[in-house]
Amino acid sequence: MTPDKARELMRDALRQVAPDADIDTLPPSTSLRDDLELDSLDFENLVTQLSERSGHRIDEDDYPMLTTIGGCVDYLAGLDEAALR
Amino acid sequence: MAAETFEFTMPSLGADMDEGKLVEWLVKPGDKVAKGDIVAVVETAKAIMEVECFRDGVVQQVIVEPGTTVPVGAPMATFATVGAPVVVPRPEPAVTPAPAPRAPAPERPSGQPAAPSGPLIRRLAAELGVDLSAVHGTGRGGAIKRADVRQAAAEQAPTPAATTPPRPSGPSPPSGAERAARVSPYARELAERLGVDLGAVQGTGRGGAIRADDVRAAAAAPPREAAAPERPDRPAAAQEPDAAARRAEAARLATAKLMARSKREIPHYYLRTTVDVTDALAWIKERNRELPVGERILPAAMFLRATAIAAGQVSALNGFWEDGHFVPATSVNLGVPVSLRGGGLITPAIADAAALKLPELAVRMRELATRAKAGRLRGSELTGATITVTNLGDLGVELVYGVIYPPQVALVGVGRIVDRPWAVDGLLGVRSVVTVTLSADHRASDGATGARFLDVLGRNLSQPENL
Repeated sequence: MTPDKARELMRDALRQVAPDADIDTLPPSTSLRDDLELDSLDFENLVTQLSERSGHRIDEDDYPMLTTIGGCVDYLAGLDEAALR
Repeated sequence: MAAETFEFTMPSLGADMDEGKLVEWLVKPGDKVAKGDIVAVVETAKAIMEVECFRDGVVQQVIVEPGTTVPVGAPMATFATVGAPVVVPRPEPAVTPAPAPRAPAPERPSGQPAAPSGPLIRRLAAELGVDLSAVHGTGRGGAIKRADVRQAAAEQAPTPAATTPPRPSGPSPPSGAERAARVSPYARELAERLGVDLGAVQGTGRGGAIRADDVRAAAAAPPREAAAPERPDRPAAAQEPDAAARRAEAARLATAKLMARSKREIPHYYLRTTVDVTDALAWIKERNRELPVGERILPAAMFLRATAIAAGQVSALNGFWEDGHFVPATSVNLGVPVSLRGGGLITPAIADAAALKLPELAVRMRELATRAKAGRLRGSELTGATITVTNLGDLGVELVYGVIYPPQVALVGVGRIVDRPWAVDGLLGVRSVVTVTLSADHRASDGATGARFLDVLGRNLSQPENL
């Protein structure tokens, strides 16, 4: 998936978990926990959204890559490429 | 012919509640209700909640009008027992813009809970400047739904932004024109914000009206093409900050009152223990590989499970201090404080938590917390906690000395899971450990009892197969 598509996916997923967070006004380095104040449950719900929307099961081992908005977008973009190979 | 009647009173939705404001009735005289049906929306200092009926009946007379604040226990309506002949003419509004067949049949089987739309209705009405008492409800049993509020807003407000929303472009279903008229500014705004194409939304309101919930459901579904933005301005949102600030202040006061009472009345004693949860975490991780993503077990659930087991075994900490003596509870209802986005705290309870296995408990916890954050709790879910578990590990602290929620007699505090050098069987290694505290009421129990409780809790945590 293109970075744009990944970003759109992240935008939609984030809306469900933190409706007040607008991905377009936040830098990629925005931390989900520290800046957006997502707790572990919010984060788990975000991962659920991302998994459902991308059609990929995101494993807990990958959580370290999902600490920032930019990290999530990069991860999503990379996931698809890996699956295509 | 003489009907037996009973009163529906302002319920107590927590120990810190003295009075409540009736926000709206979801029923009206003549409506038949079953035990468990949501009949009213009540606002307390902390939240807006849907309140269920506690037995079957027919609404006879409404005593308290929406907007009125009454003390806990005050009668709000009278109900007749089922079978009693109560005939009340069903008023029809003069203008009915959605002339869909007005079947009197309920939209969902009775007994099944109504859609969780109640608490938001008042807020929506406030946003749109709608007087709820003047709104005709089209929901089950005449319940006022969002669509009704929006419809009322569209009818009463000739302001440019709020009325005659543009219809979705593209092919319309046969009832398209009608449906378009039944999409409110709020649902439209929501659709815009969430990037939902209204033309593709299946309305579940009466006459196919699109409700805010439908828009949310569509947004949660796999994304379709995003709708083109139609309205950049959102005049309705202007009132929000005021209401939010007012609520935050009221919530602060409610917490202040309850916690002051706790520290004034309860002689707390505190115990702590540090538990090696390495095995438990590995076990959860293993389980999570097989579970659907949405049902993954969070470590927080494991602490709930361990507490539920301990509270079941050491019953002296599970119950209430009432009138000078301890009253043990018959089941373990775990109070779980949930932080709300935008500040504030709400503490719903997981009923009969000791009967739930870890995976079920994990799902319940997640579901309850998610609804708490969305402001969709039921009144009954805020009452009845017999012991509370507060988990501040997410916030980075290692240790919590909590304050007991009266009239409960114990509170478990969970800190952050940290990796530490740790001796196991005489060998030093790096293990994941967590510090668990117990705050207990010394009137109800002694330190030895508390120690036994923490010991049971800790042993279960370190032996995940017990969970």
